[in-house]
Amino acid sequence: MSPPLLEARGISKAFRGAQALSGVDLTLREGEIHALMGENGAGKSTLIKVLTGVHPPDAGTIQWEGRPIQPRTPHEAEGHGISTVYQEVNLVPNLSIADNLLLGRQPTRLGLIRGGEVRRRASASLTRLGLDLDVRAPLGSCSLAVQQMVAIARALDIQARLLILDEPTSSLDEREVATLFSLLGRLKEKGLAILFVTHFLDQVYALADRITVLRNGARVGDYPVAELPRLRLIEAMLGREFHPVSPATDAPRSDSPTPPEAFTPLLEARGLGRSGGMNPVDLSIHPGEILGLSGLLGSGRTETARMLFGVDRPDQGSLRINGAEQEIRSPREGLRLGLAYCAEDRKAEGIIPNLSVRENLILAVQAGRGPLRLMGRAEQETLADHYIRALNIRTASRETPIRNLSGGNQQKVLLARWLALQPKLILLDEPTRGIDVGAKAEIERLVASLRGAGTAVLFISSDLEEMVRNCQRVAVLKDRRKIGELAGADITPSGIMRLIAHHEG
Amino acid sequence: MKDDPTLPRQPRLRAWFPGGSLLWPLAGLGALLLFNLVFATGFFRLELRDGHVYGTLVDILNQGSKAMLLSIGMTLVIASGGVDLSVGSLMAISGAVAATAVAKGTVPFGAAVGAALAAGGFAGLCNGFLVAVVRIQPIVATLILMVAGRGIAMLLTDGQIVTFEHPAFVFLGNGHLAGLPFTLFLVLLSLGATALVMRRTAAGLFLESVGDNERAAALCGISGTRVKLWVYAFSGLCAALAGLVATSNVKAADSSRVGEMMELDAIFAVVVGGTSLTGGRFTLLGSLIGAILIQTLTTTLYNLGLEPAIAPVPKAIVVVGVCLLQSSRFRGELSGWLRSRRAAA
Amino acid sequence: MASLKEGRRVKLRHSRSLPLLATTGVLAILYTSASLLYPGFFTVRVFLNLLGDNAFLGITAIGMTFVILSGGIDLSVGAVVAFTGTLIASLLTRGTPPGWAMLLALAIGSTFGGAMGFLIHRYELPPFLVTLGGMFFARGMSFVVSKESVGITHPLYQQASDFGLPVAGGASLPLTGILFLGVVALGVTVAHGTRFGRNLYALGGNEASARLMGLPVGGVKIAAYALNGFCSALAGIVATLYMGSGNPAMGFGLELDAIASVVIGGTLLTGGAGSPAGTLVGVLIFGTLQTALVFDGRLNSWWLRIAVGLLLLLFILLQRVLSRPAGARHP
Repeated sequence: MSPPLLEARGISKAFRGAQALSGVDLTLREGEIHALMGENGAGKSTLIKVLTGVHPPDAGTIQWEGRPIQPRTPHEAEGHGISTVYQEVNLVPNLSIADNLLLGRQPTRLGLIRGGEVRRRASASLTRLGLDLDVRAPLGSCSLAVQQMVAIARALDIQARLLILDEPTSSLDEREVATLFSLLGRLKEKGLAILFVTHFLDQVYALADRITVLRNGARVGDYPVAELPRLRLIEAMLGREFHPVSPATDAPRSDSPTPPEAFTPLLEARGLGRSGGMNPVDLSIHPGEILGLSGLLGSGRTETARMLFGVDRPDQGSLRINGAEQEIRSPREGLRLGLAYCAEDRKAEGIIPNLSVRENLILAVQAGRGPLRLMGRAEQETLADHYIRALNIRTASRETPIRNLSGGNQQKVLLARWLALQPKLILLDEPTRGIDVGAKAEIERLVASLRGAGTAVLFISSDLEEMVRNCQRVAVLKDRRKIGELAGADITPSGIMRLIAHHEG
Repeated sequence: MKDDPTLPRQPRLRAWFPGGSLLWPLAGLGALLLFNLVFATGFFRLELRDGHVYGTLVDILNQGSKAMLLSIGMTLVIASGGVDLSVGSLMAISGAVAATAVAKGTVPFGAAVGAALAAGGFAGLCNGFLVAVVRIQPIVATLILMVAGRGIAMLLTDGQIVTFEHPAFVFLGNGHLAGLPFTLFLVLLSLGATALVMRRTAAGLFLESVGDNERAAALCGISGTRVKLWVYAFSGLCAALAGLVATSNVKAADSSRVGEMMELDAIFAVVVGGTSLTGGRFTLLGSLIGAILIQTLTTTLYNLGLEPAIAPVPKAIVVVGVCLLQSSRFRGELSGWLRSRRAAA
Repeated sequence: MASLKEGRRVKLRHSRSLPLLATTGVLAILYTSASLLYPGFFTVRVFLNLLGDNAFLGITAIGMTFVILSGGIDLSVGAVVAFTGTLIASLLTRGTPPGWAMLLALAIGSTFGGAMGFLIHRYELPPFLVTLGGMFFARGMSFVVSKESVGITHPLYQQASDFGLPVAGGASLPLTGILFLGVVALGVTVAHGTRFGRNLYALGGNEASARLMGLPVGGVKIAAYALNGFCSALAGIVATLYMGSGNPAMGFGLELDAIASVVIGGTLLTGGAGSPAGTLVGVLIFGTLQTALVFDGRLNSWWLRIAVGLLLLLFILLQRVLSRPAGARHP
């Protein structure tokens, strides 16, 4: 058998101490559509960026048709025949389709671009893909699907042998996806290798020949699609992690009774939705209850939390807080009603990097009091010290800039920021992502203690074991829709996975 | 491993003026002063004439007062992640408003000053509106008033140079208090009041949060829009005050010349003072030192016999050099080069 | 597949050329009203002088267009015009042949611009700050070259200022105007007909994409500043031709006029959209306003600044409104 087209062995890559990839293998063959799957932070994009020369790997080798290669720039990778289409289409919307197709390699005569030739070649390469477009139209005026196709056409135009598609379908509608898939099918027949990142299970089963699953920067396995039932795939992606210090594990789940329905729920959403964001969803959370939101990446977990908190304004349905109808149009209004939202992206929406631990910690409380009534220095320090001790935050001092803390400790400061508000409901979006096991256990213990204090929690995590350990009820989402709810003893990893796998969206 | 979080309190000065280290601007200023101590005769000489203190040092502070006033507002704008290019033109507007009002003779001085400050504040608010609400990049938004502001000032003075002899107005930029130039007190008062508001209310904290990470601040309930509206309006106010001083200095509102190129001095003072152009942490004291540093540099160059017109050359080199030193890539290359030099030696 | 060709395209395509249409419309309205208001305005001679009088503004504006298309800004152009103008004038008084003096000026201008572009690209410094420094530097250096205006008496200059391309009715296009139109033609060709030009639009449209597409981002950016430096030096040459002297104080605030002309000409200040052809229209609007003020005699020059400021505001707001729908699809 001839050597595979691309064979990566033992690829490792760390960013500022965080291990993004550890010893990952990947094998791609000609005429094969290979799906790369995994939750957020599994290392999919890092792996792609290593293959395409954006990031140099710390360790590992890449063989191209049996010969070692080390692409250092995307340009070099293209030279080998590796072409990539990124999730956010990496073209320039302000130029025409023809310009985009041939940018950087236009035919010229005496230094001048031969416009007619550019258009002819552009049309020809689109026609090869079965596309009939006006190549003079600015790319930005086309639908995302067309932009996607143009990106693919550009990628193929360099005699690509391996086409890497990073989440190509995330912003396409069904018809557009079908068009894209028929194109990929034809390319496959021509002997091209296609590596395809997605989080839509149905699409993987419709299209892919093989699947490589990554989790936490490591390869879980490489399977032929036919031999991997959905449930096993979801298991491989979400996994069962071992938590040596988890306190909640021993306590049987069913011991925690769901609060009686007679109580008014703290928060009740009816048909709350946002066009283009989340389909209408019904949710209720009672005081002292931990409601989980489960689902795969892109299922609408974060969108739901953001809608509840007023970051993205819902445009349909209704929301009641303590039985009273409310409209939350901004985070300020959410905060005023006793909600707090600990965002998923710690760096972009959580920490204020150059401010101290103390300032980060008191910020939300101070914002609630308004600019004029500054908390006294002693009060700030007491509050900061209290939470630094209570949450065991490891920092050189309370005046250390938060950017100098480890991820887990940053996360604890952010949790402290919201807990200091003593919210009635706290929305925790992936509070344990990317932090070490010890800090994870501490955060879980904290969440459990909140329950005792009567605080309601909306808990989002990709880690199913974590959901099972912590939640009294779990709402399961798929394709931006709520597809079911599990409570008490029914909450098991396999229960959640079965629901996701067998629900026909 | 368990660190005791209760560490000694910060020194008082650092608590009031947190932000970038004041070490570099102070070292630069020290080096300049040392140079003058060695090479310039009479640089540090102060004499008392008619109950007023005279000397080069006093001149530096007096002449630098406009840049210092501007840099107070500019510090806050830069901390919010923006920049205000219109301050020079706003100085012209403020001077024109006050001078025409005073020249009429019927308007009380207080009202004239009030009108000038209000004009500056309102113009700043317009900048803030374009930046915060319409969301135009700060350079572009403030460029509009930079272009049109001088025209508006000319419109007010009808294109004439309006002269005045109003004693209170003349005192503003030329008078002395307790033997020292009045402008010095004006600067200290403005700086003190601003620092007080920034550090004794939560305004400074909110501003730094918005400048450092606007999205995170928004999730805490801090409105970036409101913060930006305030800082641009405040910058306009500072520009108006500086415009009053500049106009008083020459006892005339010369709309085409007042505040010319002053926006650069103000931005440079802030950058040299250690506030990062990307926003976030700011230091008002650093900007003050930066403004003094630039004025000292200018005066030193004049004393060396350099033509005033040529002085911008070394100034430009200093400022671009300081910016380069703030670039992490440049620092990396520099230390790599130094290491290789040391290894070779 | 044909169903994917949407109707949206027509609308958006229209909005893309809208800034240029609006600019041309503004020029037409201004020119018509000035012609109606002031007798003698609507003549070939006035129009040709418009081109000649605004030649050095126009040439810097074309250079500025390239920098702005790349997503940057250059505040040093006025000072560079002054420096090169003064340099040429004082070299000529020392007997340097005009050709050598001009070549030297062009080389210095390009190198200076390229050096600023290098600092901006390599050390990721904000363009406005580096070019402000450049402005200080060049302005100061022009006073180093000469403290006051230097007259030019070289016979070549005499011939050059007498030269005019006869057009119609005895009116002729002065040499400065010819140079200006030549630079516009060259600018349009470079922007639309070369790989460098296309790369420039890509860079201004989305720098990250341009990088991922394998385009030489750094080289293009530095070249844009170098090209602008070249144009500033050329404008300095034209300024000496126009004024018959080199003055270290000239071109004060020229950068603002140039930026205003570019923006009024429909080029997006965020980069990636616009054209040197639009800049020509922008410069003509600027020139028309100025000439109208001269014809009027009652209105003073400060009205020009206010009018330019208002037009600037109008076009920036127009750009903001037009660029919004494009952003809405990418949350």
